[in-house]
Amino acid sequence: MALFKLTVNNRALQAEVEGDTPLLWVLRDNLGLVGTKYGCGIAQCGACTVHLDGKAVRSCVLPVSAIGKGKVTTIEGLSEKGDHPVQKAWDEVDVAQCGYCQAGQIMTAAALLKEKPKPTDEEILSTMSGNICRCGTYHRIREAVKTAASKTK
Amino acid sequence: METLDNTSRRSFMKLAATAGGGLFLGFNWTNSSALPVVVSTKQVAAGSVNFNSYLSIGTDNFITIISPNPEIGQGIKTAFPMVVAEELDADWKLVKTVQGNLDPGAFERQVTGGSGAVPHSWDRLRKAGATARYLLVEAAANRWKVPASECTTSDGKVYHKASGKSLSYGELAEEASKLTAPKEVKLKDEKDYKLIGHSVRNVDNHNIATGKPLFGLDFYREGMLFSIIQRPKAFGMKLKSVDSAAAKAMPGIVDVVTFDNSVAVVGKSTWQVKKAREALKIEYEKEADLESTSDHNRIFQDLLDNGKATVRRKNGDVEAAFKNAAKIVKAEYQCPFLPHSPLEPMNFFAHVREDGVELIGPTQTPDRARGEVAKLTGFPQEKVTVEITRQGGGFGRRLAADYVMEAAKVSKLVKAPVKVIWTREDDMTGGTYRPAVRYRFEAALDKDGQMIGYKLRGVGMNAGNTTREDNFPSGSVDNLLIDSVDHKSPITTGPWRAPITNFLAYAEQSFLDEVAEAAGKDPIQFRLELLEKAKKAPAGDVKYDVDRMIAVIKLAAEKSNWGKKKGVSQGFSVYFSHRSYVAQVGEVIVEKGKPALKNVIVAVDCGIVINKSGSLQQVRGGVVDGLGHAMYGNLTFKNGVPDQSNFNGFRLIRMNEIPEVDVHFVNNGISPTGLGEPALPPTGGAVANAFYKATKQRLRNQPFMEDAAFKSIS
Repeated sequence: MALFKLTVNNRALQAEVEGDTPLLWVLRDNLGLVGTKYGCGIAQCGACTVHLDGKAVRSCVLPVSAIGKGKVTTIEGLSEKGDHPVQKAWDEVDVAQCGYCQAGQIMTAAALLKEKPKPTDEEILSTMSGNICRCGTYHRIREAVKTAASKTK
Repeated sequence: METLDNTSRRSFMKLAATAGGGLFLGFNWTNSSALPVVVSTKQVAAGSVNFNSYLSIGTDNFITIISPNPEIGQGIKTAFPMVVAEELDADWKLVKTVQGNLDPGAFERQVTGGSGAVPHSWDRLRKAGATARYLLVEAAANRWKVPASECTTSDGKVYHKASGKSLSYGELAEEASKLTAPKEVKLKDEKDYKLIGHSVRNVDNHNIATGKPLFGLDFYREGMLFSIIQRPKAFGMKLKSVDSAAAKAMPGIVDVVTFDNSVAVVGKSTWQVKKAREALKIEYEKEADLESTSDHNRIFQDLLDNGKATVRRKNGDVEAAFKNAAKIVKAEYQCPFLPHSPLEPMNFFAHVREDGVELIGPTQTPDRARGEVAKLTGFPQEKVTVEITRQGGGFGRRLAADYVMEAAKVSKLVKAPVKVIWTREDDMTGGTYRPAVRYRFEAALDKDGQMIGYKLRGVGMNAGNTTREDNFPSGSVDNLLIDSVDHKSPITTGPWRAPITNFLAYAEQSFLDEVAEAAGKDPIQFRLELLEKAKKAPAGDVKYDVDRMIAVIKLAAEKSNWGKKKGVSQGFSVYFSHRSYVAQVGEVIVEKGKPALKNVIVAVDCGIVINKSGSLQQVRGGVVDGLGHAMYGNLTFKNGVPDQSNFNGFRLIRMNEIPEVDVHFVNNGISPTGLGEPALPPTGGAVANAFYKATKQRLRNQPFMEDAAFKSIS
């Protein structure tokens, strides 16, 4: 066990865990940030996607010891009032069915738009195809990413 | 958690109190009249009246509606309140929806399964809203001393146009609560609907998009322990011995307990118990056959040829029809085992205390969970409470209560509150699968291409009857024999979204395409002729609505411009399941010699559509689910052990693999007939038939990706 000091959603937090503990479980079990979801544990489904220094990463395979001074953003910290353009687009397009994968989808989309505010259809497809939605809301995820892009200046 | 704690009655009182009192309406669902009654706060508190759901209007104008059925992504938590709010003429912005807990004394059919919640509750929900509206109008009319007939309602207010007066529902709630509810109440005409048939966004959108703790896996309570369980790795094995010393010595581990054939590691965090499980040394021994997929293929063939079949339906003289046939068409179709793969894996919280049991988590059948846990612990049912969380998919997997029982067993053994968590590997290899199936179809045609004989034999695995003997084409063929054989497998199986029909529809609709071709007829025309026959000269009972089926067929043909698109290969499929009718046209285009599925056109008759946005997505999602599993889904076994254990080996469909899905609803004014499942069954057939049209290759095995015919082309 060791003490890890983390910057999550612009807050200084710490957790006493084994160094190989994936960030996902530190967020969920130690820090109470359960918006980041467990789906597969092997970086296949994307439900656990968070931002590390602004880039989308799979927190289920990222050991807490590898984070160092990196800044972590989770769905809870994407915006203060839940009004990030991607979050708003998700509501406007009414994307969610069960909703379990959507935090990961939103974090993947937000990272994409940060890097490429006006992504092409191919860029949206290739990026978002890394995230599984078992309910099959893909048409609306695609539409919501485009909606968010159209409103991003 | 957005759910209520403990009994709904007590919690409802709390809710109502925050709303500042007002009108309570209980509507009795235990008799068919669904008569709503106004109830006093006292009655609600004492539970002295048998109500089945609650609607409250607070003096602050907020309207609270408890939605009793588990929400697994079918949209019930939005659709139910919409129906009440419609008849109430409520202001939707002021409606709050709360997930009810299990309360069989108060709610009836608190189940998510069989696409049945809306059909069951449609009248009850409407009457509840209309009765409350009636009482509010009476209260306003009394206060203004005008006839109620002169009052109108809209957006949460009562108006008296002649005098220009208006009062909000909140202002009238107290007075309305003192009036007597009428026995009969007038319901709205469909043309006056403002919410029903329109698009209303999911009531939990904001909570979902901001990562609020909604799901069972998100539930946490101070002092709660985490548990991960090692179950036998092979179906047919049982526990022989356990050495848990190394696991117990690992950090964070509180205990390792054994029950049935399971070894549960209990500790302070998910990761710690997961790691400690790897340190268990367990020996197993054989208790049943260790089946492999190659055994299943052999068993299927043997039972098709020699199995002792149970006759499900028989009309006319089948043997004579086949003897006199001008042409006989024969084909076999096979589908594999499938895990449900809800993205939120199985999990449940249980606290077995001295005085009762508390259960919290995702379940499609809270009542079953309670019953089984009550039996296990010896408590009377009322000492077991079940709090229902939002659920990350279900697809039928959460109809079983095995994982709830595990949580209760572990909590009982360690005498602490425990949450049992299944890893993805546990979820995929832990059983209760959609069973594999094989069908043999035979059709006899006369010289004019009329289908004069039809035979179907299904062989399943723990599936009982793998046919739906009264579905189309039954009733349209004079000589017909449908039977089934079942193999008892140690591999555990259970319902999977659209049970049986999720594979039967594909096999049957593909086979009918083969028969239509042999008869030299257009696939749609062929089906329409059969349906005409079922209507005019039925063979035995006809247990589906011929006209509704014809209507979706015609709508799909029209919307797809059937048979008239150049360069597009179309495949047709139609199916009746769970009271609703769905026709689909798959469209394949050959690009650089390879077939690509570009579009699926869907015609749906589910009666009145409640939430346009939710329904449209429900259909699209059903098609994507049906396509993905038909294309890729394959769970195979070697000596009782599943070969696939996670999404690296078991492939789920992704965004870059979906076709466009173009959805059209038949608007016939029929009361809603269910939509959670019916869009899925026809998809496999529509796709296989379009693929055939493009390539002249029949896809008779799922997953298509593994079918030799598919491999030869793609």
